[in-house]
Amino acid sequence: MTSALGKDLLGLEPLSSEQILLILDTAEPFKEISERAIKKVPALRGQTIVNLFFESSTRTRISFEFAEKRLSADTVNVAASGSSVLKGETLVDTARNLEAMRIDMVVMRHGASGAAQFLAERIESNVINAGDGTHEHPTQGLLDLLTLRDHFGDLKGRRVCICGDVLHSRVARSNIWGLQKLGVEVAVCGPRSLLPNAIEEFGVRVIPRIEEAIEWADALNVLRLQLERMTAGYIPSSREYNRVFGVTRERLERAPRDILIMHPGPMNRGVEIDSDVADGPHSVILNQVTNGIAVRMAVLYLLSGGRPELAEAAKGGTGRRGGAEMTEAA
Amino acid sequence: MPELTRESKPLLLTGGRILDPSQNLDESGDLLVQNGKVEAVSGRVGHADDVEVIDCSGCIVSPGFIDVHCHLREPGREDVETIATGARAAAAGGFTAVCAMPNTDPVTDNQAAVGFVIRQANRAAAARVYAIGAISVGQRGETLAEFGEMVGAGAVAVSDDGRPMVSAQLMRTALEYARTFGIPVIDHCEEPTLAHGGAMNEGIVSARLGLKGIPAEAEEIMVIRDILLARRTGGHVHLAHMSTRGSVELIRWGKERGINVTAEVCPHHISLTEERVGAYDTNAKMNPPLRTTSDVEALREAVRDGTIDLIATDHAPHHYDEKEREFADAPNGIIGLETALGVVVTHLVDSGTLDFAMLVERMSCSPARVFNLEGGTLRRGAEADITVFDPAMKWTVDPSEMLSKGRNTPYAGMTLSGRAVCTIVGGRIVYQMESPAAARLQPARS
Repeated sequence: MTSALGKDLLGLEPLSSEQILLILDTAEPFKEISERAIKKVPALRGQTIVNLFFESSTRTRISFEFAEKRLSADTVNVAASGSSVLKGETLVDTARNLEAMRIDMVVMRHGASGAAQFLAERIESNVINAGDGTHEHPTQGLLDLLTLRDHFGDLKGRRVCICGDVLHSRVARSNIWGLQKLGVEVAVCGPRSLLPNAIEEFGVRVIPRIEEAIEWADALNVLRLQLERMTAGYIPSSREYNRVFGVTRERLERAPRDILIMHPGPMNRGVEIDSDVADGPHSVILNQVTNGIAVRMAVLYLLSGGRPELAEAAKGGTGRRGGAEMTEAA
Repeated sequence: MPELTRESKPLLLTGGRILDPSQNLDESGDLLVQNGKVEAVSGRVGHADDVEVIDCSGCIVSPGFIDVHCHLREPGREDVETIATGARAAAAGGFTAVCAMPNTDPVTDNQAAVGFVIRQANRAAAARVYAIGAISVGQRGETLAEFGEMVGAGAVAVSDDGRPMVSAQLMRTALEYARTFGIPVIDHCEEPTLAHGGAMNEGIVSARLGLKGIPAEAEEIMVIRDILLARRTGGHVHLAHMSTRGSVELIRWGKERGINVTAEVCPHHISLTEERVGAYDTNAKMNPPLRTTSDVEALREAVRDGTIDLIATDHAPHHYDEKEREFADAPNGIIGLETALGVVVTHLVDSGTLDFAMLVERMSCSPARVFNLEGGTLRRGAEADITVFDPAMKWTVDPSEMLSKGRNTPYAGMTLSGRAVCTIVGGRIVYQMESPAAARLQPARS
C-alpha cells in the first residue's frame, strides 16, 4: 500500500507543501499522547522497526524510539559500534540482511550524504532518513516547522534566518526546503567560509552580520558550531565566532520585535548561543524536542499506511491502519 | 612499438567514404590493404582474386582511432580489467591503439613493468597497447622514475595520472628531463588541498545533495602552473581530461604564446553535466567531476577550434560492487572505450559542433601526432590501422554487451548514433560487427 508520503521519507526537498502540511496536521493529535499517563496507542502494533545509527546520536535516536514505542511498534536498535560495519560489511550487505529479516521500517542515520536514498532503492521496507551526511535531516526540519507553526500559526510571509555552519548542516538544508515550501522567507547568516558558494541559488537571502539577521527575522534557527570546523580551518576560533556571530542577550535586546530562538541541539553554550538566550523567554528549544516525538509519530504512522483523516481516531484507538481494527493498548 | 601478428591475405574495403584528414582525403572508393600496410586508396582499386572483401557502403573508412588515456588495471586488478579485455573493448569501440596509464599495482615505473604491458598486449593481439610510464617512482611524487629505460622498453609518455603532480619542482624537472627523450609529460591537474574530499563539482548540485564539491579552480590552478613550467622548460606538457571553461581559456592563452602545451577532453565531459549525478548515481562519479553546461559548451568549442587537441576516453573500469556504495566513498571513473565514438557523434557531430573529418582528426590523427605514434593516416605504405564506422547507426548502450569487464557507464540505456563496425590493426581484422548492414536495419531499443 502506498502511503500519502510514498514509500520513504528521505528529505523535505522531494515533498510537496501539501505533504508537509499533512505530516504537521497528523502530528497535532499525536502531541496529546505524550501527555497521558499511559503514553501508548496501538497504531503500529505488529510492525518491526530497526533504528540503524551508523553515526552517534542521542536525541534523534531516543526521539524516534519514543515515537515508535508510543505507537506500539517492535523496535531494534543497531549502532555502528556494535554492528558488522566495523567488520567491513558494506551498506548494501546491511540492506540485504535487513531485507531478509522481513522488517517493516528502517530509521537510519549515516555519515554519507545519499545513504538513505541508497538504502531505500534497495529494500522494500520504508526508510526514514534520520540524517544523512550533510544532505538532509527531514524530521528535524518538520519539527522545526511544527514549532514555528505552534507559535505563528500560518507561516506564509514569515522570516526565518538560519545562523551558523550551513555548509555542513543537514538541518539547514531540510529547513530551507521545508520553510520555502510553506511560504516562509529564508535567510542564512554566518561566516562565508561556512556557507555553500551557491547558496543564493537556493533562493535564500544571505545576511552577513548577525545584528542584521536579528533585525530582519521573526525567528532564528541557530546551528551548532562543530568544533572540528575550527581545526579544519573554516574559522579562526570559537571565541571570535561568538564575538562576531554569537546570538547574545545584548544583541537580542536590540531586536525590533519578539524573535523566536530555535536550536536543533546539542548546543555549545557561549559559542553560537549564550545561556541566557538559550534558557530565555524567546527560546522554544525544548518545545522543539517535545514536538520531535509527535512529528516522528506522524511520519511513522503515515508511512505505515495510516490514513491521515483517522489520525485522531488512531490516537484514541479506533482508527484503521491497513485494514486492521485498532483498539486502545492495555 | 607493440607488434601484432599479421595475416597475409589482402583486404579490400569497398564502397566506403574514405576520410583521412592527414592527407585532406574525403572521397568514396576502395582501400586495399596488403602485407599489413595501406597499399592503395582510390576510386577503384585493382586487386588480385585472393582478397577478402569488406563492403563498407554507408560507412566511413578512417585511420584507426587512438586513445591516449585508458586504465587497463593489469597488473594488480585483473578482476576488473586485463590488458586483453581492455584491448578487445578498444577494438570494439573502433580504437586501433590505446595508451595504458601506469597507475597499476605495482605501478608501471620501470622498464620491466613497461615490458610486461607490451608483452601482454602482444599476447592479446587486439588493439595495439602502448605503455605510459610513471613520472615518479611508485607515483609517490618524490623521485623521478627512469624515463630513459622506460622509453627504451617502449613507453611513449610519462604520467602520474590518478594523482596530480603536487611538487612544482618535480614537475619542472620531469618536463626538462622528458625533453631528452621527446615524450610528453601528462599531468592530472588537481590542486589537492582545494579538491580534498570532494566527490563532485562544487556548485548548486553539490550544495543541494550535501556532497563536498571540487571547485573548477582546483583544476585551473594546476593548468596554469603546468603551462608556465612548460614555458620555462620548453618541455611538452599534455593536460589530461580537461573539464572547465577556465582551463580552456588558459590553454588558449598558452598556445597563443607558442608554449608546448597539448590537451585532451573526455567524451563524458562534453556530453554530461553535474545534473547527471541525480540521486547519487555513482556511475556519474568521476575525477575531474562532471561540470556545468557552461563548461560543456566551452569544451565543445575548444575541441572544434583545436584548443583541445584530442579526445581521450579515461576508460576506468571498476567492479560493480565497488560502485554500489555511498557516493562519497565510491571510486571515480567510468568505462569509455566502447561508447566514445557514439557519444562524440551524438553530442558533437549531430549537434553541428564537429564534422566527421574533425572527429577523425581529434580521435586519430591528432593523438598520433601529439604522442608521436604510428597511425593516424591512411597514406600508402602506412600501417593498416583502420576504423570502419557507421556514422548513422543508432544503438542503445547495454552494459551487459560490453567487451570490457567494466559495466560502470552513465550512458546505460541511452541511444547513441555512430558505431564502429570493423577495426583493422596492422592489416588484420581485430573486430567486426556481425553484418553491419543488417545491424543498421535494427531499430534501437528504447
